[in-house]
Amino acid sequence: MTTLTEVPEAAAARETPARRRRRVDRLPYLLLLPALVIIGVLLLWPLGQVVAMSFYRLNSVRQLRGDREWPWVGLGNYADILSDPFFLTVLRNTVLFAAANVLLTMILGTLVGLLLNRLGRKMATFVASCVMLAWATPALTGTIVWKWIFDDTSGLVTWLFNALPDGLSNGLFGRSDWTGYGWFNSPLLFFAILTLVVVWHSFPFIAVSVLAGLKSVPSELHEAARVDGASPWRVFWKITFPLLRPVFGILIVLSTIWDFKVFTQQFVLAGGTQDRPTFMLAIYSYAEAFSPPPKYGLGAAIAVILTLILLVVTGFYVRMVLRQEDES
Amino acid sequence: MKKVALNAAGLLVALFAAFPVYWMISTSLKPSNEIFSATPQPVPTHPTLAHYREILTGNLIPGVSFFDFFVNSALVAISTVVLSGLVALLAATAVARFRFRLRTSFLIMLLVVQMIPLEALVIPLFLMIQRLGLYNTLPSLILTYLGFSLPFAVWMLRGFVAAVPKELEEAAAIDGASRAQTFRRILLPLVAPGLVATSIFSFITAWNELIFALTFINDQGSYTLPVAMTFFFGRDDTNWGPVMAASTLFTLPVIIFFLLVQRRMVSGLVAGAVKG
Repeated sequence: MTTLTEVPEAAAARETPARRRRRVDRLPYLLLLPALVIIGVLLLWPLGQVVAMSFYRLNSVRQLRGDREWPWVGLGNYADILSDPFFLTVLRNTVLFAAANVLLTMILGTLVGLLLNRLGRKMATFVASCVMLAWATPALTGTIVWKWIFDDTSGLVTWLFNALPDGLSNGLFGRSDWTGYGWFNSPLLFFAILTLVVVWHSFPFIAVSVLAGLKSVPSELHEAARVDGASPWRVFWKITFPLLRPVFGILIVLSTIWDFKVFTQQFVLAGGTQDRPTFMLAIYSYAEAFSPPPKYGLGAAIAVILTLILLVVTGFYVRMVLRQEDES
Repeated sequence: MKKVALNAAGLLVALFAAFPVYWMISTSLKPSNEIFSATPQPVPTHPTLAHYREILTGNLIPGVSFFDFFVNSALVAISTVVLSGLVALLAATAVARFRFRLRTSFLIMLLVVQMIPLEALVIPLFLMIQRLGLYNTLPSLILTYLGFSLPFAVWMLRGFVAAVPKELEEAAAIDGASRAQTFRRILLPLVAPGLVATSIFSFITAWNELIFALTFINDQGSYTLPVAMTFFFGRDDTNWGPVMAASTLFTLPVIIFFLLVQRRMVSGLVAGAVKG
């Protein structure tokens, strides 16, 4: 457009390109419009709304429909939550669970990635295919199957423990008959099984990403180090890890985000939202809002706290991705 | 010796990863007395399709059959795929083909919105669905899943569009093709494989979703499969045979689809993440 004012006598000759340029300027926005509207209405607006709702006392569907007033309580919901010792238990559960799961997923995933890189071609393909099965299985059915494996009468684990010699079983656990044993009854055992399910679902992604990272690293470096007599442990920390550091960064952040919002596996394993001792933030928020009597405002406040935690983690993630984009 | 150890470790990993899937299918093929016997059978000794027959011919919930739920889920998933594919293609073209002022901001926004804990949006979306009068309807889910799948779909398609050489389009433009023609004749056929991969991803997202389906649908006739299944096996003495048959029928399409696109998933996920 500036070209038009700078050289008016050439205006006629340049009309077509100029017009095209102006059209090009508006076209990308036009193409983006539907996506922007959808993301705005279905993700960003609700996000703003959940923050707004957390400042009101909302206890009935009729309030949601707009038939009744929304009493403003300011930070009241947050004050209620933060002064509730149960919230601190839930927060502790969430943080400990996420930390343990990120750690285990990263360790197992990395080991499997390293292993896949060392196996022969046929074996690697076979193992990778099996690993893919765990990844592809929907959270819902994956959890249902694990629940069946831990069934208290005919589950495989119950059978395994029954199969232990009675003396050994008695000595270790103080019982020899495991039929009817509630594997999900103690919070600690529940979290252990949930960890097993979540790690089973999520280590494949780490393994495959680490493998992809390893494939992009020249293998001469490793060979040279090994020839020099370095132990596998040293090779990993001195060569592999520094080279894969950006990949690891992103994987850790992603795992953290995912493990903070585990919901389906927990919901299915616990059989709903009644098992309060095993609550974590996501399910706590949902239970407050949707189990009768509904407390939408309180649930919203919990959801906001969870979102804030994740936004901090996301900040790291975005920075890492943008740095990678710049490099590539 | 070292090789043996590595292969043994490989087998162990393969067993851990694949066993639950094997156990699901194997259980679904066992007659009930074998399922509930004191000693589990590693392989079904008298394989039977009885549980599948029960699932497919009987009613999962009084008055509603497995097939009805399957149709609900398929309707929701396919509508989500079509809508999100269309919108994502337009947006991906914009970010892959044009340099404009808000481009980087838009990309950052895509990354950030993918991190929003969707569970946190249940309450406000429930409100929106209530006010729009969509409570208890399948469109409430289509709309919701469209929002969830779109950011990653745009992110994924962006790479495919960028991979189509610009010169092809320029050549077509020189030959006098209009923008729309270039788009339809050049770009669309070349990004078709990417569109398929993205669609499969959106399909899996919509097919697997449980929480929103649980919250927005109260009428049993409109349940999607995941919701029906949680009710189906929530009873005290679970009948694991039919549950495993239903789980297998639910899982197999996802696994097949997933294996078709997993290579793309890795690169897409490392740079912009969604997990089912």
